[in-house]
Amino acid sequence: MSEVVTWIGSSLAVAGALAAIIGSLGVIRFPDFYTRTHAASITDTGAATLMILGLILISGWSVLALKLAIIWAFIMLTSPTAAHALTNAAYGAGERPQLGPWRLFDRDRKEAER
Amino acid sequence: MSFLLGHFNYLIVVFLMMGGLWITFSSRNYIKRMIGLALFQTSVGLFYISLGKVAGGTAAIVLDKTSKAGEALNAHLSPDYVARAGVDGVVYSNPLPHVLILTAIVVGVATLAVGLAIAVRVREAYGTVEAGEIAELDRTEAGPRA
Amino acid sequence: MPSFATPLDANTIVDIALLAMLAVIVVAVARTRSLLTAIILTSVYSFISAVWLVVMDAADVSFTEAVVGAGVSTIIALGAILLTRSECSRIPWRETLLPLLLVTVTGGLLVYAALDLPSLGDPSAPANIYVGRLYLQHAEHDIGTPNIVTAVLSSYRGFDTLGETTVIFAAGLGVALLLGFGERALQDTPRPSMAKMAESGQHVVLRVSAKMLIPMISIYAFYVQFHGDLGPGGGFQAGVIMAVAIILHALVFGLQETMESIPPQLARGLSAFGVLLYAGVGVVNLTNGGNFLDYDHLFPRIFEEGLPDSHLVGGHHIWGQHFGILAIELGVFLTVASTMVTIFYAFAGRAPDLSPHGEG
Repeated sequence: MSEVVTWIGSSLAVAGALAAIIGSLGVIRFPDFYTRTHAASITDTGAATLMILGLILISGWSVLALKLAIIWAFIMLTSPTAAHALTNAAYGAGERPQLGPWRLFDRDRKEAER
Repeated sequence: MSFLLGHFNYLIVVFLMMGGLWITFSSRNYIKRMIGLALFQTSVGLFYISLGKVAGGTAAIVLDKTSKAGEALNAHLSPDYVARAGVDGVVYSNPLPHVLILTAIVVGVATLAVGLAIAVRVREAYGTVEAGEIAELDRTEAGPRA
Repeated sequence: MPSFATPLDANTIVDIALLAMLAVIVVAVARTRSLLTAIILTSVYSFISAVWLVVMDAADVSFTEAVVGAGVSTIIALGAILLTRSECSRIPWRETLLPLLLVTVTGGLLVYAALDLPSLGDPSAPANIYVGRLYLQHAEHDIGTPNIVTAVLSSYRGFDTLGETTVIFAAGLGVALLLGFGERALQDTPRPSMAKMAESGQHVVLRVSAKMLIPMISIYAFYVQFHGDLGPGGGFQAGVIMAVAIILHALVFGLQETMESIPPQLARGLSAFGVLLYAGVGVVNLTNGGNFLDYDHLFPRIFEEGLPDSHLVGGHHIWGQHFGILAIELGVFLTVASTMVTIFYAFAGRAPDLSPHGEG
């Protein structure tokens, strides 16, 4: 039984790591500031949730699990707030999102035209 | 190969230290120089901590070898190694470098703040924090404003 | 002595990967001309080295690096570029040649020296067999704290730590002498109060979550402070965490609001009081017939005999050690926290335009 739980926990942690990699890919590939922040913040909380859930399953019913749960609550509080503050400040500073149909190389083309 | 594995940390730390030193030497901007010094200092810390690592060890917080965590730790180590390297049946890393670097980090941020404060005053006096421009201002009549 | 080869286990692989990331970051910092980018990358460098320090079993150091390197020093450096400029000039390649030569020669010499060092993780390396091992063997008996780093920091090497606390105090003093105590912020025309900010609905999300976070961070600081004997933590980390809570308050609600709750006078007073408390504990030991900072003599013998059990464990005064460490850690906590706040006030007070609700 505990073997199975450990396996499930490990695979959740690995899934979290994959989500983090996908998020980093999004930060590199997305065209403008807002989509990039979105990619970073969503996968940040999602990946952390998966990893912490996995670690809780591995650690079993103990104080460690409680501490991990508190860390999760803390991440859920801070990470979205940080993303909000970041985008809010960017909007206040005059950065506008790119609207219109999705074109991955929109930004690069604009830079070429300049 | 095993030699490289055992000395990889030192080589990388030398690279990091020299990177910080290069930033400090080559920049003309005082703030950038302080950043270089901060990197250099952190890297020296990494070197100390590398020296104190003991393979298969754990953090220097006293652990009962019969507890669950102690048994999990010793499960991967040969009893011979534990007897040779451990204290009371548990292998710890050396705590002394940790103590030295812990205080050095906090002292480091305080001294970094002093350096940055001096840069701020230089900017208020000269209007710039670039070493070349400051030397130019000193050479001409302009001089510091304050 | 049997020869030792570093094992290629998970620990070593993570170690190599993290160090490679650090090398990449240093190259990126050296190449960028934007100081803002450089500072953020330095912050990332601190976070990655904090993770690396956990791999190297240095839990206490990792803790400190994460709070100090990535938290406070980033904020101070950002304040400094706000007051100066955020771009550095281009360096002609000709002028980089001499530094490059110098760095290459120095690096080459260091590598030559590093080749003679013992392999990573060698338990019989000279650094690991003398005094470090003695601390591990005797700390629990002598001092009675499970966390040996705390035992060494505050008892065995208490004199050293007193010196470092004084350096932090002196550095705070230096910054205050250079930049002032941040009075400029108080002299300005009054900013919109918290009630007005609430009415206009500015930064609702930030203010609400800051109100939830600041008490949690403060409580966590005290947990780290008083749990430092048993687990990773202690006065240095707790002091910086407390300072971070105060700085967060200033960033969200404005410097003036924070200065009303924690006046600069209080911060600089506590900064000095912390060092005084630390040195005072040493003097108390002297008056009771011990050496400076020898906590075995913290309490007079007559008083100690009245305390419940284990007042003398194997010739050592566990009560004296326990309360001595508690007192000096409190001194460290007060000095570190209020010095960091004083430094922040000094930088933030210089920038009257650093508005919490301005555009940019």
